Amino acid sequence: MAKIQLNGKKITLNQKISLFDLLKKYKLDKKKVAVELNKKIVIKQMYKKKILKNNDKIEIVQFIGGG
Amino acid sequence: MKKDVFKIGKQILKSRLIVGTGKYKNFKETAEAVNASGADMVTVAVRRVNILDKKKPMLMDFLSPKKIKYLPNTAGCFSSEEALRTLRLAREMGGWKMVKLEVLGDKKTLFPDMIETIKSTKVLVKEGFQVLVYCSDDPLLARKLEDLGASAIMPLASPIGSGLGIQNKINISLIINQSKVPVIVDAGIGTASDATIAMELGCDAVLVNSAIAKSKKPILMAQSFKNAVTSGRQSFLAGRMRKNFYGSASSPNSGLI
Repeated sequence: MAKIQLNGKKITLNQKISLFDLLKKYKLDKKKVAVELNKKIVIKQMYKKKILKNNDKIEIVQFIGGG
Repeated sequence: MKKDVFKIGKQILKSRLIVGTGKYKNFKETAEAVNASGADMVTVAVRRVNILDKKKPMLMDFLSPKKIKYLPNTAGCFSSEEALRTLRLAREMGGWKMVKLEVLGDKKTLFPDMIETIKSTKVLVKEGFQVLVYCSDDPLLARKLEDLGASAIMPLASPIGSGLGIQNKINISLIINQSKVPVIVDAGIGTASDATIAMELGCDAVLVNSAIAKSKKPILMAQSFKNAVTSGRQSFLAGRMRKNFYGSASSPNSGLI
């Protein structure tokens, strides 16, 4: 079990999962987002290899309307 | 006559109107307005995904980055650190190297913090970004940005979202005359004629968001801006007549009855 922070919200994961699994869980297309793990950008090819650990801080961002 | 090509770095753009995608009612309206404007580049912001709503629509579903160029911005960033973080994420998202840097210094006026802007430009250029820099209309600072390797200079016409139009034509003209990279008037354009004025001064392009999104009929206003920018460019290329203090009759005096 791991307690992580995702986009500022505390989340508890019951299983050992990777970043790839996390994106799937939230139905996010990896082509449309970028991910930061503990303030470091994770490149898309590494999503499957990054297993989430306790206290990990994750930011998932997307493009929205802006000027 | 030589073809009038608008180029930022090596990127050729068909339209001299770049539009923002913020402040619209919904993504459908955003897409319709962008299409009506004829723009082939749009600015976009980088924000957290809403993890609580899995079905929330995404901008990319309405405006395909394959068809229209995304220019990620750093809107809302008040320090170099935040701006760099945002643009590095943007680059990871889709491989965008062309970005709009905007580091704000004051919440009320939204004027750019030029010290942080200069600092960020240096780093981004070093990291291989093509940086379009939102800046104050100070010719000395604009030159500094160009010297640092900015791909385009984007002086404000007036505060972001104010709709006040170009407040200092002299400074904008000075920046245009001295710059070898494109000058794009950004922020403060209020209505179509403001864009025409900017283009008549000799700007390479204008960036418009609020004036279209906050008009009563955004799609119609987007078309109006498309025409206004084309008009202004043509007028600039044609070269206006000289101003005179006295009248000069348009009809010949010879043959008067």
